Amino acid sequence: MSAALQHLVNQPYKHGFVTDIEADIAPKGLNEDIIRLISSKKNEPEWLLAFRLEAYRKWLDMVEPAWQNVKYPKIDFQDISYYSAPKPKKKLASMDEVDPELLRTFEKLGVPMHERAALAGVAVDVIFDSVSVATTYKEKLAEVGIIFCSISEAVHKYPELIKQYLGTVVPPGDNYYAALNSAVFTDGSFCFIPRGVKCPMDLSTYFRINTEESGQFERTLIIAEAGASVSYLEGCTAPRFDTNQLHAAVVELVALDDADIKYSTVQNWYAGDENGVGGIYNFVTKRGLAKGRNSRISWTQVETGSAITWKYPSCILRGENSVGEFYSVAVTNHHQQADTGTKMIHIGPNTRSTIVSKGISAGQSNSSYRGLVRIAPTARNARNYSQCDSMLIGSQCGAHTFPYIQVQNSSAQVEHEASTSKIGEDQLFYFAQRGIGAEEAVSMIINGFCKEVFQQLPLEFAVEATKLLSFKLEGSVG
Amino acid sequence: MININSKILLEVHDLHATVGGIEILKGVNLTVKSGEIHAIMGLNGSGKSTFSKVLAGHPDYEITRGTLLFDGQDLSALAPEERAQAGIFLAFQYPVEIPGVANDHFLRLAYNTVQGKRGKEELDPLEFDDFVREKMKLLKMNPDFLDRSVNEGFSGGEKKRNEILQMALLEPRLALLDETDSGLDIDALRIVANGINQLSGKDNAMILVTHYQRLLDYIVPDFVHVMEAGRIIRTSGKELAQALETHGYDWIHANDQVAGAQP
Repeated sequence: MSAALQHLVNQPYKHGFVTDIEADIAPKGLNEDIIRLISSKKNEPEWLLAFRLEAYRKWLDMVEPAWQNVKYPKIDFQDISYYSAPKPKKKLASMDEVDPELLRTFEKLGVPMHERAALAGVAVDVIFDSVSVATTYKEKLAEVGIIFCSISEAVHKYPELIKQYLGTVVPPGDNYYAALNSAVFTDGSFCFIPRGVKCPMDLSTYFRINTEESGQFERTLIIAEAGASVSYLEGCTAPRFDTNQLHAAVVELVALDDADIKYSTVQNWYAGDENGVGGIYNFVTKRGLAKGRNSRISWTQVETGSAITWKYPSCILRGENSVGEFYSVAVTNHHQQADTGTKMIHIGPNTRSTIVSKGISAGQSNSSYRGLVRIAPTARNARNYSQCDSMLIGSQCGAHTFPYIQVQNSSAQVEHEASTSKIGEDQLFYFAQRGIGAEEAVSMIINGFCKEVFQQLPLEFAVEATKLLSFKLEGSVG
Repeated sequence: MININSKILLEVHDLHATVGGIEILKGVNLTVKSGEIHAIMGLNGSGKSTFSKVLAGHPDYEITRGTLLFDGQDLSALAPEERAQAGIFLAFQYPVEIPGVANDHFLRLAYNTVQGKRGKEELDPLEFDDFVREKMKLLKMNPDFLDRSVNEGFSGGEKKRNEILQMALLEPRLALLDETDSGLDIDALRIVANGINQLSGKDNAMILVTHYQRLLDYIVPDFVHVMEAGRIIRTSGKELAQALETHGYDWIHANDQVAGAQP
């Protein structure tokens, strides 16, 4: 790898600062008492505590998955604090009373917590460590019947909705990390779009981990009733620590007849340093249920951060004619590892899915695409198109593709295309000979490579993602 | 065209260069003035392509001895992109494919970068579109070229035309054309040669690197150099190319022996 390329991928992480704020942190360790403590701190109803305890008991019987193509030392789950909340000075009556230290933190991160200063027309729910600290535009959204608040608030205000949907897409015992999340989740966003309502603005959750010893276990639930539609964005950052923090989230989406949910993520958790020390373990379960006829669930993700990424945003296409989409860019550098992809489970007839995955590996990193396309016997005329492209920068990184295809209905059409390419010295020299330096050349090649995915992102996010990628890969070429 | 009063553009003195530790250029001397067209001929492996890559600053090649002056400036101190911005252009023998990057974006970025560095006006996408389409007519190129990825899936002839299009856009002071004739059928050769001729003027110079005489039927050089084993061993006018075509490269040595036999 030439010097210019090296320089290009090796930019420092700019969100790595720690906010000095007094926090209410639970003692380390995991047991039923801790779960009761979390539940009581959040003043939860009995049924939710029961949900947590059931999940915890299942988790105890489960084994940490080892099939993924990543390596890390065994996690000591007793060495993690499962609750950390910034101590409020007093009960908040409005946004103006949010701790100024927190406001400054999010200002520094570019997250608008003041509605007047907001990124044009985006409502934000801000999660700091274990709790939601603010949600903007709540009232305005309520006018059209949309509920957008933290999941803790929803548990109290809309218990029937939570009871009806929580754990229906990702059951508590679904997998090891989902079970853990179900037992200890502390906050997250809840969003309900009633029948026939097109959400007038993008909704967004911003996640920030601040405490070194705590994990973040958030839970997001989005429901779009018949004919409703919403575009949802998720962003995340964390300070740089030499230790690893665990982030095990669960996201559940439910789309009823003709509903449309578009979920976009730009994940920029701290990735560890150039020697692979520190960084977030991002072990996340995201799944959408396209329950109704003609419903549509679309995942778009740009994964640039985390020491390890393990996530497979999936679609269960149960409704007739329902559509599932997965557009992904995963960038790894230094010693980062990513094992990510999707699952498209076709159950209803005439269901269609599209998978476009772009993996970019630089440094000594390893990136794997893992995807399942399953056509159930009931899924007449189901169609899937998958495209998995990998790009390598330098000669010490790896890219892998693990497609699983299970077809149980002979009327199905399933296509899979894959390619691997490399940003080579010759390409960079060609650009240079036309007057274009390595940084611009790499950014142009990468943007070209990721075009189909970036096109799916809402505009502001697409701009941010483009910048983030150039920044991330700065120094990797050369 | 040769003009005694033209200023010297390129001065190469005793140039030695290696790739992967192996010496390829072993003392090249060459002077090129504005307005001149030079042809460097030679067999495969003689070092003629290496010479053009060294001039353009390919990172795999290392200059181990000698000097390389462009317009009086030491070229070896400049990065490849700086050389390009200063006016050195290499038309590649094998243009690289860049999947995903649209040709028009690439051409506009190259054009505006170079214009900016030269203190000239940059063009917005609409202005550039008009400008590039005009230049494409010179090479009888289909406008579809602009929407395709750079060189991806291009035929040999299309790639070469794309190179000359870039030369037309970037208006180099010194153009190095590395085996531009290879892989072209006779019609494409004529179009490309015609394009090159139209770009040639009194303020720029060209070095044609070629194996065969056939490009020189269309572009008439002022000087023909023969390269062998990393050196220029013979320099003469355009008739040298014809003699090589007729007699083959061995003829140079036969000629040498005869010349050496005379007292």
